[in-house]
This record gives sequence, C-alpha cells and structure tokens, in this order.
Amino acid sequence: MSQYMLKVSDLHAETGGKEILKGINLEVRPGEVHAIMGPNGSGKSTLSMVLAGNPAYTVTRGEATFRGKDLLAMPPEVRSHEGLFLGFQYPVEIPGVSMVNFMRAAVNEKRKYLGEPPMSATDFLRLMREKRAVVELDSKLASRSVNEGFSGGEKKRNEIFQMAVLEPRLSILDETDSGLDVDALRIVADGVNTLKSPENATIVITHYQRLLDYLQPQIVHILYKGRIIRTDGPELAAFIEKNGFDPIIKDAEL
Amino acid sequence: MNPLKQYLDLYEANAELVNAGGAPVLNALRDSAAEALRNTVLPCKGSENYEHTDLPALLAPDYGVNLGRKQLGINAADSFSCRVPNMSTALFFLSGDSFAATPNSRNQLPDGVTVCSLRHAALTEPELVASHYGRLASIDNPLTALNTMLVQDGLFVHVRAGVRVEKPLQLVSILQGTIPMMAVRRILLVLEDGAQACLLCCDHTQSADMRCMNLQTVEICCGQGARFDMYELEESTRLTTRLSQVYLDMAAGANVLLDGITLYNGTTRNEVHAVFNGEEAELQLLGMGIEDADRRLDNYTLIRHEKGHCQSRELFKYVVDGESTGAFTGRIYVAPDAQKTEAYQSNRNLVASPEARMFSKPQLEIYADDVKCSHGTAIGQLDPAQIFYMRTRGLDEATAKTLLRQAFMADVIEPVRLPQLRDRLRHLVDMRLAGNAADAASCASCASISCEENGEI
Repeated sequence: MSQYMLKVSDLHAETGGKEILKGINLEVRPGEVHAIMGPNGSGKSTLSMVLAGNPAYTVTRGEATFRGKDLLAMPPEVRSHEGLFLGFQYPVEIPGVSMVNFMRAAVNEKRKYLGEPPMSATDFLRLMREKRAVVELDSKLASRSVNEGFSGGEKKRNEIFQMAVLEPRLSILDETDSGLDVDALRIVADGVNTLKSPENATIVITHYQRLLDYLQPQIVHILYKGRIIRTDGPELAAFIEKNGFDPIIKDAEL
Repeated sequence: MNPLKQYLDLYEANAELVNAGGAPVLNALRDSAAEALRNTVLPCKGSENYEHTDLPALLAPDYGVNLGRKQLGINAADSFSCRVPNMSTALFFLSGDSFAATPNSRNQLPDGVTVCSLRHAALTEPELVASHYGRLASIDNPLTALNTMLVQDGLFVHVRAGVRVEKPLQLVSILQGTIPMMAVRRILLVLEDGAQACLLCCDHTQSADMRCMNLQTVEICCGQGARFDMYELEESTRLTTRLSQVYLDMAAGANVLLDGITLYNGTTRNEVHAVFNGEEAELQLLGMGIEDADRRLDNYTLIRHEKGHCQSRELFKYVVDGESTGAFTGRIYVAPDAQKTEAYQSNRNLVASPEARMFSKPQLEIYADDVKCSHGTAIGQLDPAQIFYMRTRGLDEATAKTLLRQAFMADVIEPVRLPQLRDRLRHLVDMRLAGNAADAASCASCASISCEENGEI
C-alpha cells in the first residue's frame, strides 16, 4: 500500500467538449486536511466531480490512485464503498425518496460490498440517531424526502450527516460553507472535526478563510485555470483572505 | 375486411343462443347495438381518439365467445386467491363473464346492498336493472356497442339510499380458456342518494401463453351525495387485450374516486367517460401504468362538467421501459353554464429506454368564464444529477434508478383512500419496478408479498 491515500498525477478532464482540468497533481496522506482555494471557474468543483466519478466529466489524461487502487476505473458507487465521500456544493433534491430509505440503502450497499450482512433495523436506527447528533440534524428531516424542502443550511448539515453515517476515509467537501450562517457554519465545522481521525483525510474546497479557521488545514492549494499554481501551509489561506488571489496569479504567470 | 363482420355474423347466426344466455333487459338493447355496429367503421389507428390503439387489428383475431355459457375450466371461487394482506374484503369473482360468490361474502354485507350476477339481477329485478342498464353507456362507441350486442352477464351492485358498505367489495376477474377467448363483461353499479361503497377490481389471466380479450363496459350511477371508490388493478399477461369503457354519472354532491392501475398487461385501452350532472360533486381520477417489453397502454378520459361548482382532479403517471408504448388522452369539457368549476389535469411520464414511446394529449374545452382549470403534461427521463448523487452514496445505477422510479409513482399512490390498499399498492409497485415479480397468470404479486413478510417479520 502506498503511503498516499490519494495520489493524482497530471489529471486532465473535460466536460461538454471544454477542457477544465489541465494537469492536476495532488497527494493526500491519512490524517491530513487539505484546502483547495481559487477564483470562480478555476476548476475546483470539476476536480471534486471527477474524483467522485461523475459520468458527465471525461478524464482525458493522467491518473488517480486511491489507497493504491486505480480510482478512475471505479464506478462512483465503488469509490464510495472504498471510502471516498463527496459533500456536494449543491446537494440534490430527490422527492419521494425518504432520507431513511436512502441511508438504509447506502449503508447496506456498502456492507454488501464488504461482504457483511445487512444492518438490523434496531442497529440502523441507533446509527441514525447517533449520527444525527453530530450535526444536530432534526429527526423530522430524516423522515422527509432527501433534501426536499430543506433550507440551505439544512442541506449542508445533511451532507455532513451522510458523511458521518458512511464513515469515509477521504472526504471532499465542496464549498460546504457557502450559504451557511455563523451558527450553521460552526455546527458543520464541529461535525467535520468530530469525524476527523489519524486514519482519514479531508479535502476542503472553499472561497473563504472562515471555515479553514475551524478546520485547520495543514496544506493549502491554489487552483487556477485547471492547474494548481501554489501549494503551501495554512498561512497561504490567511494571505489570500487579506490580499485576494491576484498577487499569486500574477506571480504564477510571470 | 371489416373486423366487426365476424361479430355481427356471430350474433345474427346465434341470436337465440345469445338471448337465452342473457335476460330480457339485456336482450332488449342488442338489435340497436348491432344496427349501430353495422353502420360504423371502426376507428383505425391515427384517428382522433384512437391515435395509438389499432382497434381493427385488435378485434381481427378469431376469438371464441362462450355464448353457450359452458362451464370453462375450474371454478374461480374455489381455486383462486387474490387477497390484500390485512384487508378483509367481501370477495366476488368473474370467471370469464360468469359471476361467483364465496359462501360468506354476501353475509358480510349490510341490508340494502345487492351484489350479484348481472343476469340474475336482470331476471329477478328487471325494472331496477332496466332503469339503469345502457343509460350511460353509449352505443355510439363501437366497443360499447359490441359489448351491448353480445353481453350475457357480469356484475351488478346496488346500494340503497343512505346505506354505507363499510367492507370493500373485491371483484377478482379471471380470463381463461383452452382456445383464444373473449370475455364480454358488463358491470352495472348503482349507488342511490347518500350511499357509500368501495370496489376493488383485480384483473388476471389464467394462462400466460393463451391469447385472450377482456371486452368490458362499466356503468356507474352515483346518486346525490353518494361516495364511491373504484380501484382497477390489471395484472394480466402479454397476450391479453383489455378494452374497457367506464361510464360514470355523478349527481349533486357525489364524491367519486376512480383509479386505473396497470401493473402487468399486454395491450390495454381504458376509457373513462365521466359526467357531472349535479353541483358540488367531486371526482378524483387517477391512473398509473408501468410498461415494459412490448406492452401497450392507452388511457382515454373525458370529464364533462355539465353543472357548476364541481371539482375534478386528474393525475395519470406512466413509466415506459423496453419497447413499450404508453398513450394518454385526457379531455375536460366545461359547459357554458358550469361556472365555478375547478378542473385540474396532470399527466407525467418517465421514459426509461430509448425504444419506449410515450404520447400525451391533454385537452381542455371550456365554455364557462368563471372557472379554474389547468392541464399539464411532462415526458422526461430520470435526472442524471439525482442518479449521480445517489451513486456517490454507494447505490449502484440500477438501484438508484429503481428508487427514483418508485419515488416517481408516490404521488399517484398517495391519494388512494383505503390505507391498506395504499400500502399494498406501494409494495406491488416497488416490486414491479424492482423487476422481481413474475409476469404470471395468477396473482404472483400477492404470493411474493406473503413470502417476503414471512422472511422479514
């Protein structure tokens, strides 16, 4: 097994005939928290979609391994079973599918993949209760349709709730902080911190310093025009909060 | 060649036999029906109200009609079980067109309720039957004319004024035969003022490899303030053709729910002709079709708001997969003085394969000016964003699609007014969409339910 949990090399990807990622290199080890920042349209969400396996995106070059396995060869559900989680920037509403049924299916599909029997109803309900507490998610939301009629903050909390239930090895949180008020941000950040361990890793995609204040990433990347143009420690995020992306972009273009 | 000729010839050659197996009240309308048929040209595929049903082709095969009323095969009442779990019903059978009751099914009904063979009723209470029979069903409709010319039996339900039938009536209809057979069925339902009843019709075909036809005409007369639910559940076979026309008449304050559920079928053409003939009446008209392989389903509905202050809500949903075809034509007519009418119609459809076809034709014809009416149709596919979201949580593509299709049908199951039936339907639909129920002649879905319950609980 490689020391890297995730290793991305020279990753190129396109959607709708337009190349968005133009050679991404990224290495993530267990226990690390990475932040990926960058101006709008730089390819941050595309990177998360490609890593999660969205069929709307095509990888044209490069490779990605997850725990030594070829990530790009896996369908999205296998990536999930292997421990990859994507917290969506815009969680999708699924009218008519209840959260409970959805999570039961998710949990049991993973158990099937791991060769385990389905979870008993009692254990499942206990798991739901326990994980709801992580993000203070109302039990009423759990009986509703997936994300339907949820407020922006509830949707984001619901993402972290699902992350808590699935216990991923690597979580990619795509702008989980956008649209959150101060209290919701704290709840979400506390949730993520609670789930952090030396064995798992997190990639946080964000525009803002404020989530990073909570999550304390060790490594910060700046993504611009489909490439990572700078990788540095947490002070890079503070620099951007103060000066914006321009100085770094200018620097990179020299 | 005119495909109606074989039926006209059959009738003319066997009029005595047909009449002998019928009853004077039924026989009285045969000749005018035959005359109407002689003067009609069957609408072919592509004509206004039959765009996707090829009547001449469907009626072309040489079906046997059991005019001699011979006992065919087994007695349905003895051998067949189609129960809704946890729901006790008063159970009745139509085997072909022959009525049968279980010994205690009649005992479960209150006084003032008659449930019996239509022929029996026509013989024993001719005036009652004659005052309703053929009143709503129009022989201008060639299928109804054909039914009227040949019909000998079926079901008769009469509920006297103010009588409430608490227990749902269940009619299990079975098509059977050793040669291709056509069952000519007539169902006459009369609810007097303030009466209440609920009828669940389960349609089955005994043998999966036999071609057969259900030619059915249903007349429903609802008196003032009457409340009536009818759920029709078709679980037949690929070789079954069902041609059904339902005629509904609602007096003031009547409250009716009609629900046509097509789970398994071959070729189905369901027509509903509903008329508001009094104010303050309400109709919920629901329909659902799950089609795959080469099955075809064509629903035609016409709601006539002749009187004001009535409300109709119509929702039809289809999932078409494989190489199947779905069609929906819904027309709402609002008469010039039917003010304060509320009529809402919606048809939404999921096309699940590139070869499947869905045709939808919503129509509003409004002559009153103070009404609330809407109609809408949508034909689409599953949202790839939803599928991807579910896959990132570990559901494979097939499971995600199944869950989404099940969810799609949720809002047409929700309005079902019998809670136990609603639960059962949800279960049957889930199983149908998950693809793990067989296309069988018997009530396979019921059997699977009990297995699953044994396993889980």
